[in-house]
Amino acid sequence: MTNKRTSPQAPKRRLSWNDPSVRSWIYQVLILGIVGFAIWYLVSNTLHNLAVRNISTGFDFLDREAGFAIGESSIAYSPADTYGRAIWVGILNTLRVSILGIVAATILGTILGIARLSKNWLLSRVASAYIEVMRNVPLLLQLFFWYAIITESMPGPRDALKPLPGVFISNRGLKLPGVHGDALDWMIGGLGLAIVAIVLCAHWARKRQEATGQIFPLFRVAAGLIIVLPLAGWLVSGGSLALDMPVLKGFNFAGGITLSPEFAALLAGLIIYTSAFVAEVVRSGIQSVNQGQWEAAGAIGLSRARMLRLVILPQALRVIVPPMTSQYLNLTKNSSLAVAIGYPDIVSVVNTTLNQTGQAIEGILIIMAAYLTVSLSISIFMNWYNKRIALVER
Amino acid sequence: MNQATATATELPPPRVHQGAIGWMRASLFSSPLNTLLTLLVAWLLLMVIPAMVEWLFIRADFSATTAQECRASGGACWAFIVEKHRLILFGVYPYDEQWRPLLATIILIAIIVCSCMRRFWKPWLGLLWIAALTLVGILMWGGVFGLTHVENDRWGGLPLTLILATFGIAAAFPFGLLLALGRRSHMPAVKAVCVIYIELIRGVPLISLLFMSSVMLPLFLPEGFSIDKLLRAQIALIMFAAAYIAETVRGGLQAIPAGQYEGADSLGLSYWQQMRKIILPQALKVVIPPLVGIFISLFKDTSLVVIIGIFDLTQAAKTAVADAAWRGFSAEAYLFIAFIYFIFCFSISRYSQSLERHLQTGHQR
Repeated sequence: MTNKRTSPQAPKRRLSWNDPSVRSWIYQVLILGIVGFAIWYLVSNTLHNLAVRNISTGFDFLDREAGFAIGESSIAYSPADTYGRAIWVGILNTLRVSILGIVAATILGTILGIARLSKNWLLSRVASAYIEVMRNVPLLLQLFFWYAIITESMPGPRDALKPLPGVFISNRGLKLPGVHGDALDWMIGGLGLAIVAIVLCAHWARKRQEATGQIFPLFRVAAGLIIVLPLAGWLVSGGSLALDMPVLKGFNFAGGITLSPEFAALLAGLIIYTSAFVAEVVRSGIQSVNQGQWEAAGAIGLSRARMLRLVILPQALRVIVPPMTSQYLNLTKNSSLAVAIGYPDIVSVVNTTLNQTGQAIEGILIIMAAYLTVSLSISIFMNWYNKRIALVER
Repeated sequence: MNQATATATELPPPRVHQGAIGWMRASLFSSPLNTLLTLLVAWLLLMVIPAMVEWLFIRADFSATTAQECRASGGACWAFIVEKHRLILFGVYPYDEQWRPLLATIILIAIIVCSCMRRFWKPWLGLLWIAALTLVGILMWGGVFGLTHVENDRWGGLPLTLILATFGIAAAFPFGLLLALGRRSHMPAVKAVCVIYIELIRGVPLISLLFMSSVMLPLFLPEGFSIDKLLRAQIALIMFAAAYIAETVRGGLQAIPAGQYEGADSLGLSYWQQMRKIILPQALKVVIPPLVGIFISLFKDTSLVVIIGIFDLTQAAKTAVADAAWRGFSAEAYLFIAFIYFIFCFSISRYSQSLERHLQTGHQR
């Protein structure tokens, strides 16, 4: 065992094909050269083509007047606004549908995942049938299907379906009752206060339990706070809260909250499709926890809820979080299918923009940058959360 | 203890724990909550299933010749599918030549089924693939052996979906493998190139790549040189799938213990020999289930080419639905192609589960 470097007759390093490091250098230079050449070639072609077609490059077009209307927007927008603002509207629409979709798909998926593991034969069969069907049909097709169902098979506003008082389903979309009035701000304030109080209370309860072993009934207190504080806000404000019920006026509804057919179809499709994947993730997470853990937790006398919360979930989450992250990322990226049914998300707005201005490269760069930003933010957050719950090994 | 059990007379289990009643008690009504859930689900099913069966089959119309006739029946209008099935399945391929895409579809399905059977896992399977794909190309394009030439913008429907998926997988798999090896490489430049590529592609939706291929690729190429629309979409699909395959294979490579690399080194194998003979066979076996998952998503993702106007199965259904003479039967058309997609995806996923069991060699816990 003579070490090459310390042996007295260390051969002088010569440039030779047999030296791995020389070879690796040559390979790397070669690969960088090829990639660099390819990029240079594409860019020079592009610049040439742009010059021939008289397209100016740059992001100046963002300040020009857009001149097209956008069906729905969470901020004020009119065709007289700039392209920049139109794209911003698109980004907000994407975020809106993604966030709602992630929250709802997580809840529905978790329920389905647990249902699939249920000892109840009927329930687990229904859950697994749902999961298999939804996972194996393309999302785009599901979107077309829901959109067709809403716009074709639903009745018009005059004889809209009315599953609950104040809820109308028609081919103009979904109408929900809204709430308005001064009390709303007070109630939201109360809710915020309740959340802060619960966080503080949980912290104090954990400290006290670590010090004295006394258990604080946190769940009941939290439930109480969530109900009582907004109610107090309502009383303080004098109870000026009005329900804004949608009512039929002429050929359409007035008042209430509207979910357009496009938004409703996109949201439904995303939730139904992703929840099937979330269900599988949750199921594999729960199954990954050894049966012995349940038994051990039972042996020290924990109730079933505490078993789940203190023993099973912390272990299952370690398996669940990484694949869940990629499901969230998929949902966000899949929201780009909105363009196929005409919901004005970022892809659809940028597509209109680049058809009008011809700024294809800039447009696609904007789409990619927007999605990369969102994807990276979600993965950074989930990685942070993953690290927090990861097993602390000695 | 043994003696005690031996002397005791064996009593049959109580009747309520046996047979159908026992099963129902155990799996449907074991607790108040379970009973409630069972009743709730049963009520839901009773609400949904009879209505669905009635719409799908009992009141459905299979033979109507006009849309009015169909609408009058009040059920599903399968006559619409009967009327339009050639359009949905084969797109606008010349009507008299549609046996060619049909044969191509059968060949593609046959080659996929063959690759699934272990007795075909021989070195010549690769040659078989090349032969089959060439044959499909000849059948679809024509122009030789007396077949009339058909431009590929007239291809459509199921064969096009299958072609996009199989050619996509066949090309993306080796590409993804190289990317995965590159990402694990000790050469920083190679690693950086692969990491940037993989992360960039995985961070953006497939639609943006498809748009890029349809809008930007013509700008990238020198003047007067153009690639047709179908090939551009195929390239976008391959680039997209390769990044995901690379990440999956990387997972498998990471699962191989370092001792395997060291052992291969000590035998004096070159890098490619090591990979081919020692590392990849083990790594790929570990990642078969997620890899099949990626193939299934690629199959489903081919439907996205609709957005850049390629006539795949989904686009064909949309076209059939848009016929003014047969308005209002979108649900039937979409259900029909959903069923086709489902059959393919579901059987592949079932196959992957059985493969996983067969390849189980005791490495897992």
